[in-house]
Amino acid sequence: MDSLDTNLLKEIADMNLAEIEGAYNIRKNGKGIERKITENINIVNKEDKDGIDIFVKENTKFDVVHIPVIITESGLSDVVYNDFYIGKNAEVVIIAGCGIHNDHHEDSQHNGIHRFFLEEGAKVKYIEKHYGEGDGNGKRILNPVTEVYLKDGSTLEMESIQIKGVDSTDRLTKGTLEANTNFVVSEKIMTHGSQYAKTSFEVELNGENASTHVTSRSVATENSIQEFISKVSGNNKCFGHVECDAIVKDNAKVIAIPEIIANHVEANLIHEAAIGKIAGEQLIKLMTLGLSAKEAEDEIINGFLK
Amino acid sequence: MIELKNITFERDGKKILDDVSLKIDEDKFIVITGPNGSGKSTLTKIIMGIEKQDSGEIYFNGKEITNLPIDERAKLGIAYAFQQPVKFKGLTVYELIKLSAGKEIKKAEACNILSKVGLCAKEYVDREINASLSGGELKRIEIAMVAARKAALTIFDEPEAGIDLWSFNHLINVFEDMIKETKGITMIISHQERILDIADKIVLVDSGKIKKVGTKEEVMPLVLGNKICCKLGGSIDG
Repeated sequence: MDSLDTNLLKEIADMNLAEIEGAYNIRKNGKGIERKITENINIVNKEDKDGIDIFVKENTKFDVVHIPVIITESGLSDVVYNDFYIGKNAEVVIIAGCGIHNDHHEDSQHNGIHRFFLEEGAKVKYIEKHYGEGDGNGKRILNPVTEVYLKDGSTLEMESIQIKGVDSTDRLTKGTLEANTNFVVSEKIMTHGSQYAKTSFEVELNGENASTHVTSRSVATENSIQEFISKVSGNNKCFGHVECDAIVKDNAKVIAIPEIIANHVEANLIHEAAIGKIAGEQLIKLMTLGLSAKEAEDEIINGFLK
Repeated sequence: MIELKNITFERDGKKILDDVSLKIDEDKFIVITGPNGSGKSTLTKIIMGIEKQDSGEIYFNGKEITNLPIDERAKLGIAYAFQQPVKFKGLTVYELIKLSAGKEIKKAEACNILSKVGLCAKEYVDREINASLSGGELKRIEIAMVAARKAALTIFDEPEAGIDLWSFNHLINVFEDMIKETKGITMIISHQERILDIADKIVLVDSGKIKKVGTKEEVMPLVLGNKICCKLGGSIDG
């Protein structure tokens, strides 16, 4: 690994190999380059397609898995299938992410298809960060798919962050929830230039007392376009809350399309969406504290996306 | 020292401020009072630079600030507490108090400031300033933020608006402490008799003009004895 790789890893996973604890698998330009397994976490290559299976033993506590992907080769189109099998009552943090460095004119693309199978009582925190850099005019494209299957009493909390440098993204997140499960998604996106970001959520609340909270906060600047689509189906006594908040600047455009479907009389589903520019009163308030208009705007956006 | 010279502000054909001049040259607790719509808020917003006068000049500690933007006036030492505190998704009470102080301050210090405005600091310091806070809580946080600035001129636009009686009683104590502890001018827009009681000077504004500047004994007969009383209605006996 060279310094470029190290920087990308730092950006997407705050990862320093020397200090890392837990299991990891690093993929670079379409190939696995480094791997470590632990007593409780095993990682094996898939035999039928490109990708890995990650097995977390039941009752594992406080373990961590890193699975970053870095792409430094212009023109590469990488598709990877990663499946996570989380044993009963295991508690684990999974940190994924993709960093693309593209200095050339050909497009670089990574599509990560991640599936999570949680057994009864398992708890997962899944953090995913997307980042692009480089001076070339080749596009940096990321199209992740996340599928989550939650068995009785399990929970998955997903944090997804895309702040810089990704030209185009089309993200799909799906959840299928059994009884007494909770699926929490927090998404933060910032786009600029002529970037495009589309995120879709499809959650099926099938079991009694299944619940989901989806929060999306985004900032669209310059000529960028964002689309936020959510579809939550309540098929039992359940609770679903989707919240989409967007700040729009310059000539940017944000589209929010909510869909909530109650197929059961005790399904309780809420969708909130608010899109607008930075409120003038917020800028004025921070300026009365001595911040310039630009500093005030940065402070508001940084807080919003924190 | 703050001095306004011949300030005029007109909107939609109505003179909101009509050739107003005012000079406060001592570190005093000044209450600006007068009927609704008399121009009090506009007057203080013009001092902060939130509104721009059509004509007239403003001087602060000997320096002309007539055309300075809000942030530069803030840096010179003017602070402003809004009547309707602004909410911020994502920014916490601690972060805003730090911004107010204009320097890195420890959480313990921020907690001290919050305790002074009657908030249990531990519960509030890491909370976002969003719609989950009540009107009274937001108001106290707004006052805490302004207190953290330790400014040479601190303006409060109707601090009592939108808070309950219990909170109001506490607020009086906060202002009394502030008078003791801080140097500089404190300027409060208020109709409340208990705030008028602790004023060094009262500025009575009516129909865009300053009718009188004086002590409570000098100003109150004017308020109670003529038509201004009728316009104030019940709000003065709060």
